[in-house]
Amino acid sequence: MGDTAKLMRSSNDSIIQIIEMHKWYGQFHVLKNINLTVKRKERIVVCGPSGSGKSTMIRCINRLEEHQQGQIIVDGIELTDDLKNIDAIRREVGMVFQHFNLFPHLTVLENCTLGPIWVRQTPKREAEEIAMSYLARVKIPEQARKFPGQLSGGQQQRVAIARSLCMNPKIMLFDEPTSALDPEMIKEVLDVMIELAGTGMTMLVVTHEMGFAKTVADRVIFMDGGEIIEQNEPHAFFGNPQNDRTKLFLSQILAH
Amino acid sequence: MDDTAAATQKYPPGKHPSLPPPGLSTGPLLWIKENLFGSVTNAVLTVLAAWLLWVTIPPLLQWAFLDAAFTGESRKDCQAQSPGACWAFIQNRFELFVYGFYPVTERWRPNLAAVLLVVALLPVLWDNVPQRAKLLIFTCAYPFVAGWLLIGGLGLKPVTTDQFGGFLLTLVIGVTGISFSLPLGVLLALGRQSKMPVLRTLSIAFIEFIRGVPLITLLFVASAMLSYFLPPGTDFNLLVRVLIMVTLFASGYMAEVVRGGLQAIPKGQYEAAQSMGIGYWKMMRLVVLPQALKISIPGIVNTFISLYKDTTLVIIIGLLDPLGIGKASLADAKWQGLSTEVYIFVAVFFFISCFGMSRYALYLERKLDTGYRR
Repeated sequence: MGDTAKLMRSSNDSIIQIIEMHKWYGQFHVLKNINLTVKRKERIVVCGPSGSGKSTMIRCINRLEEHQQGQIIVDGIELTDDLKNIDAIRREVGMVFQHFNLFPHLTVLENCTLGPIWVRQTPKREAEEIAMSYLARVKIPEQARKFPGQLSGGQQQRVAIARSLCMNPKIMLFDEPTSALDPEMIKEVLDVMIELAGTGMTMLVVTHEMGFAKTVADRVIFMDGGEIIEQNEPHAFFGNPQNDRTKLFLSQILAH
Repeated sequence: MDDTAAATQKYPPGKHPSLPPPGLSTGPLLWIKENLFGSVTNAVLTVLAAWLLWVTIPPLLQWAFLDAAFTGESRKDCQAQSPGACWAFIQNRFELFVYGFYPVTERWRPNLAAVLLVVALLPVLWDNVPQRAKLLIFTCAYPFVAGWLLIGGLGLKPVTTDQFGGFLLTLVIGVTGISFSLPLGVLLALGRQSKMPVLRTLSIAFIEFIRGVPLITLLFVASAMLSYFLPPGTDFNLLVRVLIMVTLFASGYMAEVVRGGLQAIPKGQYEAAQSMGIGYWKMMRLVVLPQALKISIPGIVNTFISLYKDTTLVIIIGLLDPLGIGKASLADAKWQGLSTEVYIFVAVFFFISCFGMSRYALYLERKLDTGYRR
């Protein structure tokens, strides 16, 4: 394993490697033989019907879910039971959740400085400056002293993105970031994500926003039944899907 | 109704202003009408309640204040003055109620400890106290300072703990139990949720044992049985044993209260914290416990109050808490038959303390409300 880790560090342009990865929930085989290599600065959209394992797959990348077989190597570190490795990877991998998961007892600013101060040991003032700059980037600096409960869903999700960015991650994972939002608020969150994609962040996004996939993604991955069925660059993926299940899925979501 | 309907129609679509609600929703007369005489049942209950108050309150006030005797050297003195309550008894025994048999010349020490207790509590109870960080250091040192002041040694005249009594004893047991049962309860609750089987089993066993045994039994164990288990010749102070037992007892209940709070925290909070690479203890301290403890405030204060009142049980193993002092005082031939006064006096003391805790908890809940559930 040490050799593989070194090998990965040397091949500089891939940042995530998932090799023959399987996962079970009890008897249920959720992820089947997942192979995926993500290059630095690559933007990947993962789609598929609910229960297809797409969220579970990206949650394996920062070990919120444990895989039972195969290898996951993130930025040259292999994910094992070693807690030190897990925390080292989590520091470099930001995550945005469907339900925002902001800390309700802390202000927006405190939400953003918690990680930098307690994980990265950044001095408080510096952490606050960084946080304010990211809050400005997601266009809500004026909400810094409010509590999450006082914000709208779209604003909360933008705070959640800023909170992740404050940790200065190398990879950002998005787990259905707009699924819990009212239609009016989806755009403001997608705008922030598009802007982020422009900065060259490595992004893995689970979403049903096909418009976003078309404009931003370098590659679209379709999953069903715990397997990666098909992957391609967006133009070919939407224009000329190969697998029948992909065709069915696309016809269903693009019908309206 | 017609007015409102007419008013509504005057505005073009999209231009309707927000109007005040119809009807007079304010004013004392309206409040009385709505709340006291809103329906027939309501009116009957209001009249009944008023009658009950009229029958009970004036005679009580008459007895407790107007007809009461506040000075005198025996019950006969009281009866000679007036037919009501004989507060002279309480007045006469007041110091005994407060200090027990603590030596008279040394009573400045518990007094000082009480004043310092207030200083130690300030930074814990309010977060906008000036110099809070420094005061908190003092709070941590307070148990040792108070212990030294009360027990003596190191330049102070030693006082044995069997001389402690009255409200002093209540406060010593209550404050110790309250301040140590919360951290211990939190650790037990975390232990019970731990993924480590040994830790989890030990926590569950401890909590279930404590909750399955009456406090009185534990106090008896503290007073009688413990000396059998300890090596012969160990002199383990009875008060210390009681403090340990009371703290352990309350911490068992506390653990379950805190566990209830922990279960209310959504999994997403843990995941958000974990996804930053924050460790277990920091996650608990910064993210999970602040929320869980806030939810648990009513239960925590409930446990505090019941612990505080349970301190009166130590009378059974011969410690002289206020009830013990009262009982002993009533044995005096000069003052026989005044148990009503004694129990009212002790009840008022406990009520003031417990009501204070309860009000503080409400204040804290309001202060910590960040509007997330709205």
